[in-house]
Amino acid sequence: MASWIIGFVLLLLKMAVVLGVLLLLAAYLVWAERKLLARFQVRYGPNRAGKFGLLQPIADGIKMITKEDLMPDGADRFIFLLAPAVVAFTALLMFAVVPFGEEITLFGQNVPMVISDLNVGLLFIIALSSLGVYGVALGGWASNSKYSLLGGIRGAAQMISYELSLGLSLIPIVMIAGSLSLVDIVKAQQNVWFIFVQPVSFVIFLISAMAESKRIPFDIPEAENELGAGYHMEYSGMRFGLFFIGEYVHMQVLGALTAVFFLGGWQGPFLPAPVWLLIKIVMVALVMIWIRGTLPRLRYDQLMAIGWKVLVPAALINIVITGAVILII
Amino acid sequence: MTLYAIIFYLLAALIIISTGIAITRRNMVHVVIYLVFSFFGTAMLFYLLGAPLLALLQIIIYAGAVMVLFLFIIMMLRVEAPEISMFPFSQWVPAAALCAASVVLGLLLLIPESQLGKPLETAIATPSDFGFYLFKRHWLTIELVSILLLVALVGAFHLGKSKLSAKSEDPS
Repeated sequence: MASWIIGFVLLLLKMAVVLGVLLLLAAYLVWAERKLLARFQVRYGPNRAGKFGLLQPIADGIKMITKEDLMPDGADRFIFLLAPAVVAFTALLMFAVVPFGEEITLFGQNVPMVISDLNVGLLFIIALSSLGVYGVALGGWASNSKYSLLGGIRGAAQMISYELSLGLSLIPIVMIAGSLSLVDIVKAQQNVWFIFVQPVSFVIFLISAMAESKRIPFDIPEAENELGAGYHMEYSGMRFGLFFIGEYVHMQVLGALTAVFFLGGWQGPFLPAPVWLLIKIVMVALVMIWIRGTLPRLRYDQLMAIGWKVLVPAALINIVITGAVILII
Repeated sequence: MTLYAIIFYLLAALIIISTGIAITRRNMVHVVIYLVFSFFGTAMLFYLLGAPLLALLQIIIYAGAVMVLFLFIIMMLRVEAPEISMFPFSQWVPAAALCAASVVLGLLLLIPESQLGKPLETAIATPSDFGFYLFKRHWLTIELVSILLLVALVGAFHLGKSKLSAKSEDPS
């Protein structure tokens, strides 16, 4: 009984630490993004709140919480309240299966450094990312606005399309690792990272992941110059904040997944394991910010053509080739 | 009553209530949302019975893909809630009779087994076990079903395409 309680407390502690780190990092990713984008565009970026604008995320948070919470006339109340929660919830929950270290022993208990080692962890992530579509589609629909509805429909179409190539790009990884559990996938990369074994998969995964997170160059669901702000146009205050947090947590989750599937997860020399995972997450996030600062937005037909005519066939061919090579070896 | 039994009854209640709400709403988007809740309950039921793979496939395919497509179409077409109308007697009585008959038949099948109140053994099917079972024993069925889906897909594409080209030939 005592060991059960200790295990439960440790689980709660792990969840608290992961949640805290995720939300803090999300706040400072916003800061890093604004600062870097400003530099790419030869501006200063936020520099008023604190040194280098380091207190800017806190100021933003206070602003969002104290803002008036508006609901448009004729909005569907229940769904309008539900949609932002779905976005933030699915993004946060995805981190539950990401391993951030080797099993350690604490108070005479084996503590796995992952919140939940599901044996179908990869499918868990795909399931959650397919549920994230609801937040976007329903948020756009419930706002009772034409622009929001268009943004929601575009978002749903885009996310459904790119989910396919996202899932297909991970099948070779599962074939090589021989498991759907993220812990086992990291362990399978002890000798060589999968980015060197599966470079095509890596490229397909990264492009699809960026399309899933709806960032420039894949941001037509919220294209400012056509739709105002797309599916979250009618949201204000902390409800908009939830969409925003969802997006940046999603960025970190994608960074973590890229690290787990292709960059060896928490493995690395000298530094402790969670630090390595954090470094890899931040690296991927910075690359995504860099791409955002570099590329223009895709047109809708280009977006669909890349998804269905390039990424899906490439992923399928990649699966066949990987299968053939595994059979021969 | 064990913890599992309590969870089972909670899930069963969730599934029945959300499906019941789903079939009585007039707003189509609300219907979709309640059906998604119901699928969630089903998925958790699968998980409880020791089939995590099936549970997640239920979420990915039904809650995540099929219902999103339904939602997509409802949002695109702006389906209005239908007028309140009572179906004629002759239309719903056969359906109700068929339902009642199947419920009675199901109960009759269950009772002589003398297994009432005997819980199922808990078993966990790992994804690889499940895959081996499915693709070693039932590979022909799976191939047939996938060919059927492919035919449906090609058919839909053909129907959409012939209309599209006819429109583009129209000079106006």
